[in-house]
Amino acid sequence: MQLTYYPGCSLEGSARDYAESIRGVCAALNIGLAEIPDWNCCGATAAHSIDHRASIELAGRNLNLAAELPHADMLVPCPMCFNRLKTAAGALGGEHSQRYGITLEGSLPQIWDLANFFATEEVLAATAKQVKNPLKGLKAVCYYGCMASRPPEITGAKDFEDPQALDRIIENLGATAIPWPFKTDCCGASQVLSRLDIVSHLVGKLYDMAQRVGAQAIVVSCQMCQANLDMYQQKIAADWDREFSLPVFYFTELIGLACNVQGASDWIARHITDPLPLLRELKLG
Amino acid sequence: MSPKILDPDYRLLEQIEAAGPFHAGACFQCRKCTNGCPVTFAMDLYPDEVIRLVILGQRKTVLACQTIWVCAACETCTTRCPNDVRIAELMDCLKEIAFQAGFPSPQPRISALHETFLNNIKKRGRLYETTLLPVYLLKSGGLVDKWNSGTWHYDLKLGRQMLSKGRVPLKPKSIEGIGEIRKILARRKEK
Repeated sequence: MQLTYYPGCSLEGSARDYAESIRGVCAALNIGLAEIPDWNCCGATAAHSIDHRASIELAGRNLNLAAELPHADMLVPCPMCFNRLKTAAGALGGEHSQRYGITLEGSLPQIWDLANFFATEEVLAATAKQVKNPLKGLKAVCYYGCMASRPPEITGAKDFEDPQALDRIIENLGATAIPWPFKTDCCGASQVLSRLDIVSHLVGKLYDMAQRVGAQAIVVSCQMCQANLDMYQQKIAADWDREFSLPVFYFTELIGLACNVQGASDWIARHITDPLPLLRELKLG
Repeated sequence: MSPKILDPDYRLLEQIEAAGPFHAGACFQCRKCTNGCPVTFAMDLYPDEVIRLVILGQRKTVLACQTIWVCAACETCTTRCPNDVRIAELMDCLKEIAFQAGFPSPQPRISALHETFLNNIKKRGRLYETTLLPVYLLKSGGLVDKWNSGTWHYDLKLGRQMLSKGRVPLKPKSIEGIGEIRKILARRKEK
């Protein structure tokens, strides 16, 4: 299986762990990733906040590059990029397309949020066949954040208030996905740089609820959520005057651990909140 | 206290809807947006109030408010609105109008981050995270904040960890189509 791939900027830097785990897991499952040649930044929050036209055109350039590749499907690991690419596809294919200085040329591949792709029956079955080290005993909450789900008119999500993709993926690996009410509550995203106080408030609530429902870890598919929940955990715990020790895994890292994919221990070693004590306790690492 | 009598002026609504549509006029004030909003604690106007004031044409009040900048664009309001008001998108539109009209941002850190981000991708076509944070901190005064609040300690430690864990790219990547990106982003200055 060969698919078009749009990694997005942070996977070349701070989310290198996510990027490496995606490459490793896709290779193990025989999923070929054809990176869009010369892709550019989707514009992210900054562009849609203060320059709407640029936000559509930046993402639109990537869509035109993607349309040049022969594959029917495109994988987008970053939910923000996914959301911006889908938004641009809608705007450039809609009734106000003449507002923008870019025209869609050629037919677009189907744009997939990575977690939703890995939660399809076909990929779940292929993954199940590769599981060598089931994640027995791991109890986690799956945290989806915003951009893969909302707004559903853009994302196409059906279960946007209670998404299931990550829950299905980790259950398939032998872990327990604990139901909880904060699956799609916002982490504050880029405000981690400009208003850390807001992020501390939002993420603290997530830790508190995760702890209350008995989770040992949090599973994510978004590198922005991962950064906000992983990097500032100690600081946020201090703000809340609490103790939190919740490793924040990318779902692809868990697939790697369960399927004994080479390099999996290197990916998780890049985290700030150390997942090793938990994995050793569960005899998984 | 007697209520303030407002004189409706529909020009703001018309200006906004021409850039939309956002269906702001369809709002019947159920406050579902405000009740589901995760950042109301940091806002000066609730989202439903922003919409109401847009309908009434209270231009200065909405363009100078904190709310439009504090909005985290989580899209919960847009998703849940029973009248299909595209509230989060409307917040973006108001930020852009406020910016063009020269309203000083009441959240200078947040607007400086957006500016720094766009200038960063204008250089190479992709975000180079390694320079994003230092440039933003210097430009926005965020460095002084961190010094005053004492959080610089934590950030310095975090920076060192990120570097040692190989998560700080040391070489930026440039794309061949950088000219196209600069053209897309250059227009904003010309407005």
